Amino acid sequence: MAKLSSSEEALTTQFGPHLNYPPREGYPGRDEPDKIVETHCCFCGMQCGIKLLVKANKVVGFEPWEEFPFNEGRLCPKGVQRYLQNNHPDRLLHPLERAEGTGFQRTDWEHALSRTVSEIQRIQSQYGPDAFAMLSGVSLTNEKSYLVGKFARIALKTRNLDYNGRLCMVSAGAGNKKAFGLDRGSNNYSDLKHAEVVMICGTNVSETFPTLTHWLWQARDNGAKLIVVDPRLTPIARTADLHLPIRPGRDSALYGAILHQLVKHDWLDHEFIDNCTSGFDETAAAVKDYDLDWAERVTGISKEKIMRAAEWWGRAKTSFLMHARGIEHHSKGVENVISCINLVLATGRIGKPYCGYATITGQGNGQGGREHGHKCDQLPGNRDIENPEHRRYISEVWGIDEKELPGKGLTAYELMQAIHRGEIKGLISICFNPVVSLPNNNMIREAVEKLEFYCAIDFFLNETAHYADIVFPGSLHEEEEGTVTTAEGRVTRIRQAVTPPGEARTDTEILLELARRLGAGKHFSFGTSEDIFNELRVASKGGTADYFGITYEKIEKNMGVFWPCPSLDHPGTPRLWEDRKFKTPDGKAHFNAVSYRDPGEVTDAEYPVILTTGRVVSQYLSGTQTRRIGRLVDQYPEPLLEIHPKLAAQYGITDREIVRVVSRRGSAEFPAQLVETIREDTVFVPYHWAGKKSINQLTSGHLDPVSKIPEFKVSAVRLEPLGKRAPLPKQDSLQPSGGSPGHPSPKPPPVHELAQAPKESAP
Amino acid sequence: MLLQFKQEEEFFMDPQRCIGCHACEMACAECETNGQTPMVSVDYVDRYYTPQTSVQICMHCEDPACAKVCPADAIQKDEFGIVHSANTARCISCSNCVYACPFGVPKKAEPMQLMIKCNMCYDRTSVGKKPMCATVCPSGALWYGTREKMRELRPNSTPVNTFRFGKQSVKTKVNVMMPKGSTELVVD
Repeated sequence: MAKLSSSEEALTTQFGPHLNYPPREGYPGRDEPDKIVETHCCFCGMQCGIKLLVKANKVVGFEPWEEFPFNEGRLCPKGVQRYLQNNHPDRLLHPLERAEGTGFQRTDWEHALSRTVSEIQRIQSQYGPDAFAMLSGVSLTNEKSYLVGKFARIALKTRNLDYNGRLCMVSAGAGNKKAFGLDRGSNNYSDLKHAEVVMICGTNVSETFPTLTHWLWQARDNGAKLIVVDPRLTPIARTADLHLPIRPGRDSALYGAILHQLVKHDWLDHEFIDNCTSGFDETAAAVKDYDLDWAERVTGISKEKIMRAAEWWGRAKTSFLMHARGIEHHSKGVENVISCINLVLATGRIGKPYCGYATITGQGNGQGGREHGHKCDQLPGNRDIENPEHRRYISEVWGIDEKELPGKGLTAYELMQAIHRGEIKGLISICFNPVVSLPNNNMIREAVEKLEFYCAIDFFLNETAHYADIVFPGSLHEEEEGTVTTAEGRVTRIRQAVTPPGEARTDTEILLELARRLGAGKHFSFGTSEDIFNELRVASKGGTADYFGITYEKIEKNMGVFWPCPSLDHPGTPRLWEDRKFKTPDGKAHFNAVSYRDPGEVTDAEYPVILTTGRVVSQYLSGTQTRRIGRLVDQYPEPLLEIHPKLAAQYGITDREIVRVVSRRGSAEFPAQLVETIREDTVFVPYHWAGKKSINQLTSGHLDPVSKIPEFKVSAVRLEPLGKRAPLPKQDSLQPSGGSPGHPSPKPPPVHELAQAPKESAP
Repeated sequence: MLLQFKQEEEFFMDPQRCIGCHACEMACAECETNGQTPMVSVDYVDRYYTPQTSVQICMHCEDPACAKVCPADAIQKDEFGIVHSANTARCISCSNCVYACPFGVPKKAEPMQLMIKCNMCYDRTSVGKKPMCATVCPSGALWYGTREKMRELRPNSTPVNTFRFGKQSVKTKVNVMMPKGSTELVVD
């Protein structure tokens, strides 16, 4: 709907991010809560157990949940502060409607719903059903992920549904399906405990999955060697036995070179390769030229280090390999993943105690949310929307004619490109902030500006929702019952601690009401989240992600159940592949040959420096939640440009000097942070910020041909020092000296007071 | 179960494992006793060279320098070896404790001008719970439990509670994890 209805500054003043700090003495009632709710953190894929303290329908504090087996009370700073998203001054409390020149005005539910439905109907009758798209996200529970999938296909009748897992898990998912025929970490983390070698590839564990650090140290305390592959010396790499500082975008060259050494030295499990796998010969042939000299040249890692990694991996009897976005956010994301899996299969170390392999799922429900159908090519149970048998089964469960079930739609970035081209005219989004999180976001913003109608469901007004015509105030994590599936594949229970405040409604209620008004009510007669889960169980039955044997009661009794769990008497599957029966059509694990190729963009004279992006420990994804929590912002208030002193010296860049970083797609200015802990050819900027501070103005839209994940981890840039020093950020307010302890609670006017309700509902 | 101080449980620090996440600081600040001020500090050693951070809590010395130099007798060690924050009625804000502590722990809190420091979550430990920082620490840099369990968990490390500053030796209630076989930590 065209440009912003008000300036970014005005919208930010009204809707935040404002910083929430607890009062000095804590929230009233914390010592005598009405209830203590055992639930989980709302952030990353670890899904740490946490107890929320509730008083008068408000979350007033937390207690560690020491009995929950994964984290035993441990939390990262985001987990400690997670309760402050509740009771937040920026919380949306009633529906909003775009108001030209002034931002948004308060509206009522009837108007918001009826206008949305009439716009959907208008756009679809004018341009066809696929001209209205939906974007979703995997901070949503399994129930909501399933519901979104069903809603888009049956109520919206569009094929164009995709989700923010497209920026997260899809490379790992595609790689795992190719190799194993199933997409889940093969092991839970207890298999780390006695692994001899642990190799973590492209994962800044201590900042992005801090509570996993304990498990790595547990392995090391028992004698494991830790290998970390990362262009930066991250906190976990600092203590590793071997750090391989790889040149961004060259991952498959490293793993190909290691496979070359495994073959050369016969560090192979021939029994496993012969009996349980296929494709080994072609895969080995593909790396026959990848000797150490070649690998050193391509990866920028010394051949001694590569050889040491190969030898440690090759000679080990037990091992665990994990990877994350560092190898997956690439135009070769799937190739990088399968080149890692090839190392696991070549040594046969899978399906046995302390022999593990897993991607580390990033988002809270990155695992469960990628299984049950709000992905453009997928149906529940991790079924394929183009497989006739799968379509038939789900159509039966949903009670529709299979012909009514839309086909495969566009992936997230491609969907935005289609909006930009004018092919998609309407959008509804939930749990996704593409203006911050997608690459090349100047294009994304232009695309959103072209929408004829855009409706957002969120609990805070995220930066993409600034462009909305209608905003529905939805629910926070702690405002609905449900389940999520952790990075380990453990299905856990999310508890409703409080009900949505003001006029806000649960996401589920909003979707069900829209479905009813779109004429699909008979397919959406769920009374509770558990009703939705029970339908999900049936819909997933027989799929690779089979939840049929999992019930709320069983999850609660066992503190989680690992899928697959095909029957009610099944205990769940913490470790996959013990029976060596893989889910591929031939029942074997598949090697996949990987020939190295360069990333989508390589440096040249005009753009001579590699830019890579990632996260910091105190922020989460696009920052919709964490940029509103005071102490998390204080810890790392602004994005910095990490640069090696030698590279900085080439440009005369000094510490805290503002540097303009320019790519083919855009530019942005950041204070330089000179550190010797990054490669000399690479700079790093974290991506959690919006607007002028967003590094995604620069990142590229190169996509993996299979997974369609964008290549966030490699762009070519040039650096332009501006000769100005950035002002020092305010003193760390965590420190007691030099200022008053505690914080004044900022008190922006509540949103509902700023935007007056119209006297009457619009017709 | 009787809710009381578990004398068999001890505090173990392993600063080498600190990942600089600040979860301990933020969890500590949640305590209403501190008024949102953390009693544990996490700092970069030198970010230019390394992401290494160092975490510091009160070591609860056997013979606490802070208490010895306090002219108002405001700082007391209790029967469990916990060195408590200054008694606010007695503290005269002289900062002697701030300068005397070999670990740099006590702070003078503005604007009350009173000394504050970690009391090992006395509100929690006195009823058998673990201190908040050691409960949430995701890396095991801060850990609280029995010596026996620690030995089982970290067979290659030894808890040390003797620190040598020049000719002076300081013994503490809190242990620091050192390579196996170590007996003291020489600071100078």
